[in-house]
Amino acid sequence: MKKITMLLAVSMIAAAFAAPANAAETPKRGGILTYMIPADAPPSFDGHRETTYATVHAAAPFYSVLIRVNPENPSSTTDFVCDLCTEMPKPTDDGRTYTFKIRQGVKFHDGSPLTAADVAASWQEIVHPSEGVSSARESYFVMVDKVEATDSSTVVFHLKYTTQAFLPALADPYAWIYEKKILDQDPHWYEKNIMGSGPFKFDGYEAGQSIKGVRNPDYYHKGQPYLDGFVGIFAAKQAVRVDAIRADRAAMEFRGLPPSAVDQLEKELGDKIAVQKSDWNCGNLVTPNHKKKPFDDVRVRRALALAIDAWHDAPALSKIATVHTVGGIVFPGSPLAATQEELEKIAGFWPDIDKSRAEAKRLLKEAGAEGLSFVLLNRNVDQPYKYVATWLIDEWSKIGLKVTQRVLPTGPFFEALRNNDFDVTLDFNCQGVVNPLLDVGKFLPHTVYTENYGNYEDQKEIDLYQKMLHEPDEKKVRAEMRDFETYVLDTETHMIMTPWWYRVIPYRSYVKGWKISPSHYINQDLANVWLDK
Amino acid sequence: MSTASPVDSVSALAEDGRRPRRTVLEHILSFSVTQPLGAFGMILVLLMAIAAVSAPWLAPYDPTANDFAAMTEGPSWGHLMGTDQFGRDVLSRILFGAQTAMIVGFTCALVGGIAGLVLGVGSAYFGGSIDLVFQRVLDVLMAFPLIILALAVVAIFGTGVHNVIAAITIPLIPRCARVVRSSALSIREVPYVDAARACGFSHARIIFRHMIPNVMAPFLIVITAFVGQAILAEASLSYLGLGVQEPTPAWGLMLQGGAEEYATTAPWIAVFPGLAIALTVFGISLFGDALRDALDPKLRGR
Amino acid sequence: MYRYIANRLLLTIPTLVGAAALVFALMRLIPGDICVVRLASGGGTFDPHSVAVCHAELGLDRPMIVQFLDFLLGIFRFDFGLSMWTGKPVSSEIATRLPISIEVALLATVVAIAFAIPLGTISALKQNTWIDSVVRTVAIAGIATPSFWLGIVVLIAILDVTNLVSGSPWMPPIDYVPLWKDPIRNLSMAFWPAVTVGYRYSAVTMRMTRSAMLEVMREDYIRTARAKGLLDRIVINRHALKNALLPVVTLIGIEFAFLIGGLVVTEQVFNLNGIGRLFVLSVQNQDYTLTQALVMLVVTVFVVTNLLVDLLYAWLDPRIRFA
Repeated sequence: MKKITMLLAVSMIAAAFAAPANAAETPKRGGILTYMIPADAPPSFDGHRETTYATVHAAAPFYSVLIRVNPENPSSTTDFVCDLCTEMPKPTDDGRTYTFKIRQGVKFHDGSPLTAADVAASWQEIVHPSEGVSSARESYFVMVDKVEATDSSTVVFHLKYTTQAFLPALADPYAWIYEKKILDQDPHWYEKNIMGSGPFKFDGYEAGQSIKGVRNPDYYHKGQPYLDGFVGIFAAKQAVRVDAIRADRAAMEFRGLPPSAVDQLEKELGDKIAVQKSDWNCGNLVTPNHKKKPFDDVRVRRALALAIDAWHDAPALSKIATVHTVGGIVFPGSPLAATQEELEKIAGFWPDIDKSRAEAKRLLKEAGAEGLSFVLLNRNVDQPYKYVATWLIDEWSKIGLKVTQRVLPTGPFFEALRNNDFDVTLDFNCQGVVNPLLDVGKFLPHTVYTENYGNYEDQKEIDLYQKMLHEPDEKKVRAEMRDFETYVLDTETHMIMTPWWYRVIPYRSYVKGWKISPSHYINQDLANVWLDK
Repeated sequence: MSTASPVDSVSALAEDGRRPRRTVLEHILSFSVTQPLGAFGMILVLLMAIAAVSAPWLAPYDPTANDFAAMTEGPSWGHLMGTDQFGRDVLSRILFGAQTAMIVGFTCALVGGIAGLVLGVGSAYFGGSIDLVFQRVLDVLMAFPLIILALAVVAIFGTGVHNVIAAITIPLIPRCARVVRSSALSIREVPYVDAARACGFSHARIIFRHMIPNVMAPFLIVITAFVGQAILAEASLSYLGLGVQEPTPAWGLMLQGGAEEYATTAPWIAVFPGLAIALTVFGISLFGDALRDALDPKLRGR
Repeated sequence: MYRYIANRLLLTIPTLVGAAALVFALMRLIPGDICVVRLASGGGTFDPHSVAVCHAELGLDRPMIVQFLDFLLGIFRFDFGLSMWTGKPVSSEIATRLPISIEVALLATVVAIAFAIPLGTISALKQNTWIDSVVRTVAIAGIATPSFWLGIVVLIAILDVTNLVSGSPWMPPIDYVPLWKDPIRNLSMAFWPAVTVGYRYSAVTMRMTRSAMLEVMREDYIRTARAKGLLDRIVINRHALKNALLPVVTLIGIEFAFLIGGLVVTEQVFNLNGIGRLFVLSVQNQDYTLTQALVMLVVTVFVVTNLLVDLLYAWLDPRIRFA
């Protein structure tokens, strides 16, 4: 009897100790999070103007937005929640009007109150920027007719037409809310200065070195932020970032590291390292220059696609490069994405690679382009650009093509793209919040989407897209997306997909609360991050 | 750096007619005996050159063939130096990389050296305002560190082997010209040059038959140094991602990107190319040093 | 003597102007457009109108000759304009990053001299002995080893050794603090790159010292001093070394300027926020104003160093001093 009691007592005590580890953890307040920013220095701190993650990683913690992807569930492509608004509105007027109620009592870091006027003014600069101001994502909001503040706590968006693409676009992580008073005085003020209403206050910036923030005690999400502050250290070199995490000079970085680095950290640090993984809303594509012979011939373009054995090679590639999932033009986790069966019908995704390559050779012969040699233009970035290129060149050699690489740094790379000064280029499509209807705009001809470098016209493609964009019925949208995808990747083979990028974030396991998402631009305000130290 | 004085060179020239001429083999043998380190260096370089030339036969694998079944494997009997992250055989890439190194090294050194030689001697010979302007141009070009000038050329013309060669050759030209010019200046003053002009010899003949042979000593030393500098410069450019591009096998390129990533888990990817570069430049420098000692008449007697 | 000084000083002007023209031309020959890079860096769309606005902002729509003159005059007024990438004054961008580069360069010089001169002298005195061979081999190895490879190896060694010894890897600090704020942290950051770069620097100086000493030792006056019965130590210190040091000092001066160029790669390896890294970045970004200023800075250091060395030579050479 005594023995059983003892056993019971011991097991109860053991259970008491074990329980906290299994129960939901309560965030601890305090501590400074040090993280690496994989860039040298952002060109400016103005989120409306910039497109680089360096700006977001450095300054997002200082600002608020209207709506955002749910920070507790950021890998969802449909779960949007309010940041500054009080609840997510239902669109009225046939889906063309969205009315947002703004929270009361929010203050900017300089003490002034934040009202609907500030929200409307900030969005006005994004959607219809004033003269001399550039808004990098202006084209995402062509559906917006007007945005206005009808009173001090209401903001209304009037759309030109209904579209499924609006709400995800509104959750743009760059859409920081600025103070109307400052924007009126100097619309460029926010380029070099930081003053927002977010969870952290600006505490210093040393160019090329680090940026610091401290807790905003008046933050409107009660209880947050948990951290006392943060330090973001700039380091463009991957080896430095990995070593920093290894030596605990920094806890993590927010872009993504290749598997080799992750393996190394896991092997050495064991359970001091935690890892989160996610598909990335970014991918490399191959874009042939349609005005350069023989890439004006769809048979040659299709041959390029058919030569690639993505299904077989992706698992191996994913061990050395930041790629993983084989997919079509839509983000693999989205409901609009193709299933494997649907993909296998498209050129470049055939399950039988020998058949695929035989067909490629046949097409080349028919087009008179056997043994073709050309130059692949590429950008001077290691992961995964150069890795993907090395892989592709070897794949193309298997159908008798001799390919060499021409690598340029970012500036000259864009110049070569804009001047169509290439045979075939490795291209990329990197978007923020998963918004397939807008994200696939990349595949549209240059006249519609300025960042398309394929150098072709195709009215039929544009028609297919417009039909899909204006389609109110969700189920029909999916079918139309399949048509669009098949047309772009197979019928005309305007561009060729390579495996989607993959985000792997290793971090010190004392960091809690941060959840990975498909985009390295979203969920970076660090309000829900805490340290278990 | 010591250079031969003009009087010694002239008398050496004169002496040659009276001394029994030694064969090349005898020169090499006597060099090896008096400068054993130099001979060792020469052998190292020769080994690299042989590796470069015979790479297609010696290399066990195709240096650009990816093999996803054998990624980052350590040295084994199948792969003597292991494989890199794409499964490519490191030994094969080193052997073919020797080709790139030799080509880049020797082309840059020879082209840069010869261009510098002609320009430097010509400038010294013609003197006057030509020389003055040339000196200023040299000043300007020499004020730029090599890597900075090379970086600029690559930024303009792009990457790839040919552009890298151009990018490295251009900064080398003034460096050679400067050394050669100061050597040639002292010869310019020797009376026999004036006498040759008086005899009606053409400019070209004097430059090529009389001045250039007398600056051979410093010229050869400078060129040997250039080969090493060029190989190192290519490695630096490739490290910055601005040199030779994948999948071309090149030692500098092998040290970039993947090598640093895998430095702790697969160190052989970085160690072997680094060793190859170091050994080659080491050999060249030993040889160059010994050459300088051998050609310096003041040290000859010892 | 004064004529010589005046002459020398005047000669620096065409060099600087020529260098300015060269860097200006080189920058504009690079294909690409900084405005496009800024506006399209993350894959977002950019519209041609924004690019035009950006051009006007940065003064890129003015004729070339106007831009060049503006640049040239700016140098003389010490006004290098605003960085085209960040819009902040170029001088502040450079000033933030100068301290660490200078510190590493100076530390490397100290390390180099401390090792090179004694070792080079010993090597010369014991010419062709095994000591000489060892020193020469070490020196040549220093020149042959790619400095960035050495840097990588050093970093890995630090991490692995500290891991082995103490169970957790240690890495030099990655954020810069000035020397007076926290000397230990500052030095633990600057020490490793200084040693890596200093090895090569000291190798070159070692060889120069050896070769200069060898030359001097052959001189007649050394033979005379020896014949007089002076102790070897006095012969070396009072006669040989002093004269040998002249070309060595020249070399140290010139190499220091080249060191700045070498920083370009070293700062990448150790992630130092210095001007070498800034230079690579500004070229990639096609930030004309910043690159031009940086290159002029390096060129000026080189020209001034050369000038000082020449003047030193002139002063020490009685033929010129008393002319």
